[in-house]
Amino acid sequence: MTAKSEFFWLSLGVASVLIVATIIGHLLAKRAGPEPNAVIVNLNQRIYAWWAMVGLVAGAFLFGKAGVILLFAFASFAALREFLTLTPTRLADHWALLAVFLLALPIQYYLIWIEWYGLYSIFIPVYGFLFLSIVAAIGGDTTRFLARISFVQWGLMICVFCLSHVPAFLTLDIPGYNGKQLLLIAFLVIVVQGSDVLQYVFGKLFGRHKVAPNLSPSKTWEGLVGGVLSASLLGMALWKITPFSPVQAGLIALIVCLMGFFGGLVMSAIKRDRGVKDWGRMIEGHGGILDRLDSVIFAAPIMFHITRYWFSA
Amino acid sequence: MESKGIAARFVASLVVGFARLVTAVRPEWRGCLPSPNPRVYFANHASHGDFVLIWTVLPPALRGATRPVAARDYWGGSGLRAFVGKNVFNAVLIDRVPDPALPHPIEQLGAVLRRGSSLIFFPEGTRNTTDETLLPFKSGLYRLAQENPTVEFVPVWIDNLSRVMPKGHYLPVPLLCSVTFGTPILLAEAEDKDAFLTRARHALLALRPGEPAQ
Repeated sequence: MTAKSEFFWLSLGVASVLIVATIIGHLLAKRAGPEPNAVIVNLNQRIYAWWAMVGLVAGAFLFGKAGVILLFAFASFAALREFLTLTPTRLADHWALLAVFLLALPIQYYLIWIEWYGLYSIFIPVYGFLFLSIVAAIGGDTTRFLARISFVQWGLMICVFCLSHVPAFLTLDIPGYNGKQLLLIAFLVIVVQGSDVLQYVFGKLFGRHKVAPNLSPSKTWEGLVGGVLSASLLGMALWKITPFSPVQAGLIALIVCLMGFFGGLVMSAIKRDRGVKDWGRMIEGHGGILDRLDSVIFAAPIMFHITRYWFSA
Repeated sequence: MESKGIAARFVASLVVGFARLVTAVRPEWRGCLPSPNPRVYFANHASHGDFVLIWTVLPPALRGATRPVAARDYWGGSGLRAFVGKNVFNAVLIDRVPDPALPHPIEQLGAVLRRGSSLIFFPEGTRNTTDETLLPFKSGLYRLAQENPTVEFVPVWIDNLSRVMPKGHYLPVPLLCSVTFGTPILLAEAEDKDAFLTRARHALLALRPGEPAQ
């Protein structure tokens, strides 16, 4: 099979899942009667938002490398905007904030565009880290200095550096797999987001015991185990679109799902700390873009390194 | 004149698009809904972009008839700033120090309301660049209410824009902003200046994010 036909079958598969979900959502709403049920209203909002997100990602895939890099650069921008909105920065941080948006973000994605692995993998952790603190120090305001600068650096690492590892799959040189790297991104996104959705479904159906009541009231052991295991099986079933064997695909999917789960946990802790429930309001029913991407952000760099170390030339 | 009008409309849509891109601003009509009746939107003022943001979240049909009240010494004159102030935003320019030979600014504003337009008014009188949440209100808001007792005064809280474009900076940092519209207030019978201004101030402060909803 060529990448094109695989892409076609993947889209068809995802669309069928969404059609089934849409029908179930409508039936549930009908059964609930005229009084709107908050959980079902939210479920249907989520399903509609999924249609929009899947359409956007599929559209970007049609434009290949340029489309995917632009899509994730924009996602980084929107995520960073949400993250830094909740950051207790002060007037003196203005230049540091501008540098993050106008320099660090475009440069990181440009480095991925020109496929300069040696620099894009250290640009933000080393150069961003050092120079941002210099810019902030020149601002001259020492009030809560370490907290402010750490927040900005965290935002940059999470929203730009980690997320940029999704399009970075396009830069990998995998023997016998070249020209198909887009499918690795599809694998990552389908497994991680599938894990989120399946955790939600298992949690809503069987959830009894909370995993981390202090961090997130909606995460349960039943949801976690059911979601992660079923999504790992889903990953295994998708082995044909990857350069992995079925067992490898299942193992990588398991790691990716666990990272995604912990990503959600860490980002919940930050939200709790900042006193908010959602990162923003960009995606109806889901919250902000960071609420949707937190698991991808934690999973992408790890899967990238596994693939690069063991499978690339 | 016609070409200037087209240019103004074009610039206005650019400004609105840019404000949306940078701040992803969304309105929250918490205490009232958009209305074509003449109103006074009174808001906190910490950034040059404040009236742009209110304007951006208004329904497009109401934008033309919603005029910011601005200082003539800053937005008057000629050149780009004047074009933006007069043509793009159709600002009502008033003198900070009233000229006795001309109609008083409050009368000028009343005339605009009677012609059916709404006003965007900053009762602090100047941009708040301090660490205070809100500066004391000047008496203008009360005098405007006295002259126009049937007009609704809508409190509008603009959140976060002062971080997007703080004083002295012209490059905006993209951060999320929100604009919250509260319940309109009217001057009560025999209400004196201090009582009205205090009531208006509380109505505005109650709209801050994190305040318990009323």
